[in-house]
Amino acid sequence: MTDAAGTASDQMAGGRRSIGDLFKDTEIDLRLFGMVGALILIWIGLGFANPTILEPVNFLTFSVQAASTAVLATGMVLVIVSRNIDLSVGSVVGLIGMGYAVFMADIVPTTIGLSNPVGWLIALGLGLAFGALIGAFQGFLIAYAEIPSFVVTLGGLLGFRGLIWQFSGGTTVAPNLPTFNLLGGGPEGSLGGTLSWAFGIVICVAAVYLIFNSRRQRKKFGFALRPLWAESLVGIVSVVAVLGAVYVANSYRWPAGLATQYAAKNGIVEPPGGLQIEAGIPFPLVVVIGVTIFMTFLTTRRRFGRDIFAYGGNPDAAALAGINTRRTIMKTFILMGLLCAISAAIASARLNGGTLDLGQGYELYVIAAAVIGGTSFAGGIGTIPGAILGALVVQSLQYGLGFLGFNSPQVNMVAAIVLVAVVGIDSWNRRRAS
Amino acid sequence: MTDQTPIVEMRDISVAFGGVHAVREVSIDLYPGEVVGLVGGNGAGKSTLMRVLSGAHRADSGQIVIGGEARIINNPRDAKAAGIETIYQTLALADNLDAPANLFLGRELVTRLGNLDGDRMEDATRKVMGRLNPNFQRFTMPVKSLSGGQRQAVAIARAVYFNARILIMDEPTAALGPAETAQVRNLVRQLKNEGIGIFLISHDIHDVYDLADRVSVMYHGRIVDTVRKDAVTTDDILGMIILGKKPGEVTEKEIEALELRG
Repeated sequence: MTDAAGTASDQMAGGRRSIGDLFKDTEIDLRLFGMVGALILIWIGLGFANPTILEPVNFLTFSVQAASTAVLATGMVLVIVSRNIDLSVGSVVGLIGMGYAVFMADIVPTTIGLSNPVGWLIALGLGLAFGALIGAFQGFLIAYAEIPSFVVTLGGLLGFRGLIWQFSGGTTVAPNLPTFNLLGGGPEGSLGGTLSWAFGIVICVAAVYLIFNSRRQRKKFGFALRPLWAESLVGIVSVVAVLGAVYVANSYRWPAGLATQYAAKNGIVEPPGGLQIEAGIPFPLVVVIGVTIFMTFLTTRRRFGRDIFAYGGNPDAAALAGINTRRTIMKTFILMGLLCAISAAIASARLNGGTLDLGQGYELYVIAAAVIGGTSFAGGIGTIPGAILGALVVQSLQYGLGFLGFNSPQVNMVAAIVLVAVVGIDSWNRRRAS
Repeated sequence: MTDQTPIVEMRDISVAFGGVHAVREVSIDLYPGEVVGLVGGNGAGKSTLMRVLSGAHRADSGQIVIGGEARIINNPRDAKAAGIETIYQTLALADNLDAPANLFLGRELVTRLGNLDGDRMEDATRKVMGRLNPNFQRFTMPVKSLSGGQRQAVAIARAVYFNARILIMDEPTAALGPAETAQVRNLVRQLKNEGIGIFLISHDIHDVYDLADRVSVMYHGRIVDTVRKDAVTTDDILGMIILGKKPGEVTEKEIEALELRG
């Protein structure tokens, strides 16, 4: 969405001021802007190679596929910002995913019953508690026992994967509750046309309100204001981007067979040409948007986020400022565990059960997403929107190249080149800037 | 001044690192509106002693009395609660954060809902920095991109903003140019006039001689002597730093040896 902002400022650059100055006025993060540009280029390239990839259904499938890693990437940013690493996320996702499956396939039928309407909610709650517990355990070893996070989570990577086998008896466990599976998206696991528009409009109103509110605050304190044109431009571009995304999501209709079943079940007479039901925004995407907003809020508006960044920038300074650094580190790992539970819910809902290899290799994609998104291993630097964009870049390559018929080893090679190139260009840029 | 209660009394403080006694049974005091210079060679124990007062390090034994009241200082938070602010030699700034974030680090202003109140913090930072460094404008830049003097100003602003009663300054002018050093000296005088007690650690004997009311000299973890500045010369102090003895105890021979070396 920031891309349009750039082209617009180009057009307005006819005056005395340079394009760069005008761009600065919008206070748009140059890095994020570049990543949005790269993402658009990737999709244009994919579109040239095979235009059918630009159909709405592919965007929806892609967004659902990217959801699991995007959720994890937001937590990985904070872990890396605090000078740690979490290699265990893939195995933790697998373990919690298996936990969901075992609970729903083996325990629910004999206890609360399959028809219990809140069964999926109980499963999710237990999963979150389990995730927090795993995070607290690893976080304790890292923060209080002072074992390096690389070692602890490498142990987690191996150990939790082993535990999945123990837990499941070495087989796939299925099925999940049908209501739980809605978290994995699909035509039924989406908001539908009307709710999608409502969701989009709420987000637009919130964005416009935030812009107004921040302007009012800055005025109150007499700080320099963003020029009005820049302010409106950012607002308009955001609104257009959000509503455009809703439009694309709604332009995908339920498959004919599913629509016919739905019509029969609800006693609707199908019109000629079939019932047209707008799918709208998939639930996993709603979850990703919710997680992104929450995590951005946590990092930029709460003490906890400030403490993490201060620790990452200078651990001694953070301790001398009276920050309880151990507790802060432990909390980041608990948060990571909670995000693993959310990611596991999306991933296992898509599979309708728990498999032995669920989440395998996630850690690498998630770390790559965070790093491509501008997170620095030196600590103290990284953003949540950057990590989301990084996850989209990684997943676009994976999904797109897969769609074009490349096999996964080939996709991995491309992803590797992109990772090293992006980080290389970035560090070169930073060196030049300083 | 003697009939006043000291604002700080550190009694019989000892700190050991493994087998090394960094500070041995040191007692030192400070009165409101007074500057006490703490001098000594490398490893004399002055920074360690001050780290105990600022809560960065725990003493093995000894007592700290603040304003006539015994206080236990286990961490930097306790020290700050007792009105003790410290400007560390390293400045202890988070380089990736901006000036307001550093100024309020660990003590952020929040809204009623507990969210960080960035605008109020920036406003407060603008006011306090306006006093210390009126030309400073880079309030939203990471402090990494600031000059040495500007960074120092941020570290000082942090100590000044929270109305310290007791200020510890560890080598406050070591990294500064002449103009900025003069600025810091003026600030020390100004704070002293406001009734703040200041411990000033410095290698620069002239810095100390210029600003301090009393000077405590440390040598190998002990206090050699605490003297009123007007009772001694800089040479007397130098002698104490190097030889670890009071001026009267130094023999002619030792002075000769020193002069030969010098």
